[in-house]
Amino acid sequence: MRSWLARRLPRGRTLVTAVPYLWLLVFFLIPFIIVLKISFSSSQIAMPPYEPLLHWTGEKILQIKLNLGNFAFLVEDDLYWRAYLNSIKVAAVSTVFCLLLGYPIAYAIARSNPSVRNILMLLIVLPFWTSFLLRVYAWIGILKNNGLLNNFLLSIGVIDQPIQMLQTDFAVYLGIVYSYLPFMILPLYANLEKMDLTLLEAAADLGCRPWQSFYKVTLPLSLPGIIAGCLLVFIPVVGEFVIPSLLGDPGMLMIGKVLWTEFFNNRDWPVASAVAIALLLFLVIPIMYFQRAQDAEAGAGLHR
Amino acid sequence: MATQPHAPQQKFEPWNDPDATPYVRIEKVTKKFGDFIAVDDVSLEIYKKEIFCLLGASGCGKTTLLRILAGFERPTSGRIFIDGIDMTAIPPYERPVNMMFQSYAIFPHMSVEQNVAFGLKQEGLSKDEIAQRVADMLNMVKLGQFGKRKPHQLSGGQRQRVALARALVKKPKLLLLDEPLAALDKKLREHTQFELMNIQDTLGVTFVVVTHDQEEAMTLSSRIGLMNHGEIIQTGTPSEIYEYPNSRFVAEFIGSINTFEGKLIEDEPSYVRIQCDELEAPIYVDHGVSSAPGATVWAAIRPEKITISREKPDAADNWVAAVVHDMAYMGDMSIYLLRLDSGRIVRVTQPNTYRHADDRITWDERVYLQWYPESPVVVTK
Repeated sequence: MRSWLARRLPRGRTLVTAVPYLWLLVFFLIPFIIVLKISFSSSQIAMPPYEPLLHWTGEKILQIKLNLGNFAFLVEDDLYWRAYLNSIKVAAVSTVFCLLLGYPIAYAIARSNPSVRNILMLLIVLPFWTSFLLRVYAWIGILKNNGLLNNFLLSIGVIDQPIQMLQTDFAVYLGIVYSYLPFMILPLYANLEKMDLTLLEAAADLGCRPWQSFYKVTLPLSLPGIIAGCLLVFIPVVGEFVIPSLLGDPGMLMIGKVLWTEFFNNRDWPVASAVAIALLLFLVIPIMYFQRAQDAEAGAGLHR
Repeated sequence: MATQPHAPQQKFEPWNDPDATPYVRIEKVTKKFGDFIAVDDVSLEIYKKEIFCLLGASGCGKTTLLRILAGFERPTSGRIFIDGIDMTAIPPYERPVNMMFQSYAIFPHMSVEQNVAFGLKQEGLSKDEIAQRVADMLNMVKLGQFGKRKPHQLSGGQRQRVALARALVKKPKLLLLDEPLAALDKKLREHTQFELMNIQDTLGVTFVVVTHDQEEAMTLSSRIGLMNHGEIIQTGTPSEIYEYPNSRFVAEFIGSINTFEGKLIEDEPSYVRIQCDELEAPIYVDHGVSSAPGATVWAAIRPEKITISREKPDAADNWVAAVVHDMAYMGDMSIYLLRLDSGRIVRVTQPNTYRHADDRITWDERVYLQWYPESPVVVTK
């Protein structure tokens, strides 16, 4: 009796591994399928504002109506293309700036005295204790024409009239780099901190000056950290909506803003869903690359 | 392969040659880390083509001294000369010295070939020459087939040889080896020891080896520098260190030894007699000792230099009665632990010369221990 039960009941290990799968099913796969479904329907003025894909016509005939027009629309109207490309450009530039700023910071923390290392890392994570929206609003206060920065520059006499900083691309980049920098620093720090420092001594022993050791040993060994950090910044920034709409020029084309407009202003759920599906496809490629880089690192780590 | 790489045609002992100039000169080097003195006023002279072993327990300063030679640490005071050039302030990347790290420190993102070529590329040699030298070196360490492998695809012994090849391919004036064999298992270690000596013999590179393993030091080295608390206690060939230790510390560090404390009762230029509380008969040693009569000295006798017999010796000196306390049969020899009347345990090893020794001395037997007058070493500190 007991053995029969033991065989029938799922084992503990199965239960534990089922949790993440269940999570992904409920919160990723099912919503994705719903959005995918909507992207193939047509909009109508109703509740919900789109036609069902399946419906019964007469007797025993199930009609499936797939409207591919939403995706065709994305290609026809160059607004979407320009929004996608602009989002990718913004994300790429922000990622480069995050890397250029984040690498030295992560390096400095990883090489600092172990007793202060945790405090420094805490300082990097500290901004997360304040609401993200609040922090972006704070930048408005700093950047606006009679904001902190302009007033300061006016008071020391560097400029004689305020510089337009808010509602420019500069403000968007500043806001994005500021908000996403920790996501670059964390994986880079994790990578640099566990590096075997005798490798640098070996490089010096074999004739490398310090900067050559960095270029030939530290940098290639930190590549998995660089890739992880870049993807953690790049992927969310492509779909970023809040920062461009609060700090940027209202005319700035970002795919996140287009999505918002389609959903809430035009109430065209099918086109908005198509935009979202296309965005997802744009992002799946870097995500898969990320996954592979992680696997490669884990594989190398096992054998080390 | 020659099994006896240490059989040179003529004796190699430049340290006894007054005309020889030392290749590496360590002059009164001290290194402090805060209040801690890691290396304490060490002076050493190492000659070309030597395998010089720095031997000592962990924390004795031997690794710090090696790192000073490599240039990773600056001495607090003192100077380092290599081939007559003052290297004290030269950074590691400009020293004609290479190091084999204890952890091997092989670059994990490079193949075996790339690892070995690394130092040559830094020198800016031509591609062809690099390829040639890398191939030659990999063949020498028997890794010719493994050039394209990544380090994580190699065994521990293979990685050790990559590390050796990478350091040797630069043709350094001095090769520093930090516990080169510590990570290998016993069988591989013995084999590698001889390989290492062969390679050293072929290339004629001067080696400085740091080790805590006295056996390794005994087999590998031309001379040993025994270190303790940052100081060099004694420098000498393996047999000098073993047979003529200059202090109790050296005598007891290398191998096992029975040390008896006693007083000099007769002190002549050609012999001494030492009276020990733990022995009935005095110890007679057939050479003089530079110490005043009545002074406290220690007579140390190696376990293999003591014989065991059942008959009471009729000699006046150099014997003691004992009871077999414990014995261990090791195959090639047996170890006896014998209790003297004073309660003191003495260790004796006897070679098992005969296969079936039925009347072998056994537990609780009363026996007599004897030794030759030249066997005891007398140390005064």
